[in-house]
Amino acid sequence: MTFAIQHRASPVCTLDLTPDVSFAARNRMALRDLAETARLWRLCWTLAWLDIRLRYRGSMLGPFWLTLSTTAMVASMGVIYAILFHMGLRDYLPFLALSLVLWGYLSALVTDGCTSYTQVEGMVRSVRMPLSLYAARVVVRNLLVLAHNVVVIVAVYALLQVWPGAQVLFALPGLALWLIDSLAVCLLLGAVCARFRDIPPIIGSIMQMAFFISAVIWKPSQLHAQAWMLAFNPFFAMLEIVRAPLLGELPELATWAAALGFSAALCGASWLLFARVRNRIAFWV
Amino acid sequence: MDTVPEAVIEASTAARIDAEHVNVDFPLYHGNARSLKRMVFRTVAGRVATDPKHRVVVQALRDISFSLRRGDRLGLIGGNGAGKTTLLRTLAGIYEPQAGRVHVRGSLSALLDPNLGMNLDLTGRENIVLRAMYSRLERPAIRQLEEDVAAFADLGEFLDMPVRVYSSGMVVRLGFALATAIRPQVLLMDEWFLAGDASFMEKARVRLEDMVRGAEILVLSTHLTEVVLSWCTRVIWLDQGRVRADGPAEAVLSEYLGHPVSRQA
Repeated sequence: MTFAIQHRASPVCTLDLTPDVSFAARNRMALRDLAETARLWRLCWTLAWLDIRLRYRGSMLGPFWLTLSTTAMVASMGVIYAILFHMGLRDYLPFLALSLVLWGYLSALVTDGCTSYTQVEGMVRSVRMPLSLYAARVVVRNLLVLAHNVVVIVAVYALLQVWPGAQVLFALPGLALWLIDSLAVCLLLGAVCARFRDIPPIIGSIMQMAFFISAVIWKPSQLHAQAWMLAFNPFFAMLEIVRAPLLGELPELATWAAALGFSAALCGASWLLFARVRNRIAFWV
Repeated sequence: MDTVPEAVIEASTAARIDAEHVNVDFPLYHGNARSLKRMVFRTVAGRVATDPKHRVVVQALRDISFSLRRGDRLGLIGGNGAGKTTLLRTLAGIYEPQAGRVHVRGSLSALLDPNLGMNLDLTGRENIVLRAMYSRLERPAIRQLEEDVAAFADLGEFLDMPVRVYSSGMVVRLGFALATAIRPQVLLMDEWFLAGDASFMEKARVRLEDMVRGAEILVLSTHLTEVVLSWCTRVIWLDQGRVRADGPAEAVLSEYLGHPVSRQA
């Protein structure tokens, strides 16, 4: 009487677990984890989308509340800071809108990345899934938020009738780097924060500090001769490689070099840690 | 079509489980031991260097070895904390062993947590789709699963409402329908699943038995003697993470309970 759904019979599912602690074996398992996540992209997308939908279920505007709150923030801060910095609104507002939206993504991603695993504790402990799936879900979720906020940038540009020109295409390699780094951040922070529960508040205060020192609401040129200091700020480098092209400028080569250097360090650290502790995370959450 | 020799099936797709000298340790980061502060202070005091593994570890499983082939029905018995659930999680690949080897072939389904994958804020239908995706089902199968679960759980219009507003009976029906809709080759089941067995509708009982029978290998962790006797052919008695006894169901159960039991009883 009951109706049975069989797993697809063709590929034989095999699970073979040995505590092989050699470097090569750890890397192989970590790679397999990533490959499996790639195969499960549809699940990843659904989970991320449901996260957004859930957050705004029952509200009238849904995820567009994000757009609205960003608009309010840009409008109010734009007027005040344009006066403070003695800048024209036409010059300052596009910069601010862009900065706030992009920074919003970076900051939310880093804070969200801390709970990549702890947030899905029940899931991690009841079914075997590639762990990087949970990190990828956080990335996709934040990309969806970013997509809702991009509307604000477009609106400001249209309203003030400023168009950055063909230079915007140079933002694409920057965005590609962002994608890779985003996953690396979530894998890294997710694991560290699952093990040490007092890291998230530390990250929170770091991000708050970074907001003020990373030329988000003020322009790098306002530092005048001291602008070289920004070279040591990874957040600035990452922000600038995407922001500058969208403002119609080209980021300096040094900024790109710094962004690549910081990214390489981040990805390296993240990979080593993930390969090392992947099989421990289920015990930590 | 029926002429495929059994040996060929056995070699290619038949489910099997091999556990060889499996050890699982549980790190306990209770209280402050987990915090960064403790770690930093310990480093400062130079104690990390002297004892890098300065942590409390529970030896959850010790030297567990057994093999299961097609048709085997294994019952796990033992007191609370004997390692039954940990062993199920290890077989499901959730915990990876620190020593030894776990080898499982065949599609696997682990019913460990009554609310597995159920998000109370999502609608019944969304939960069904998610579960199907977790099981790596393809699109047509997802549609099938949706129909099957909807028919069994009999939720009507509630299917498109958040699970949070369901009555507790409806939640149980949905959870049960979801858990039993996908037929695995290897079925790992924790005792929670049978907890409400006495009061369970006849419909549910038939469905569950159907799934158990359909699985090539069953591993069941339970306290309920009758269930072990009616479903299991072999029993492993776990005690403090070790195998205390392993053998035919009646023999091991009699030893465990301290009085003879038989299938007819």
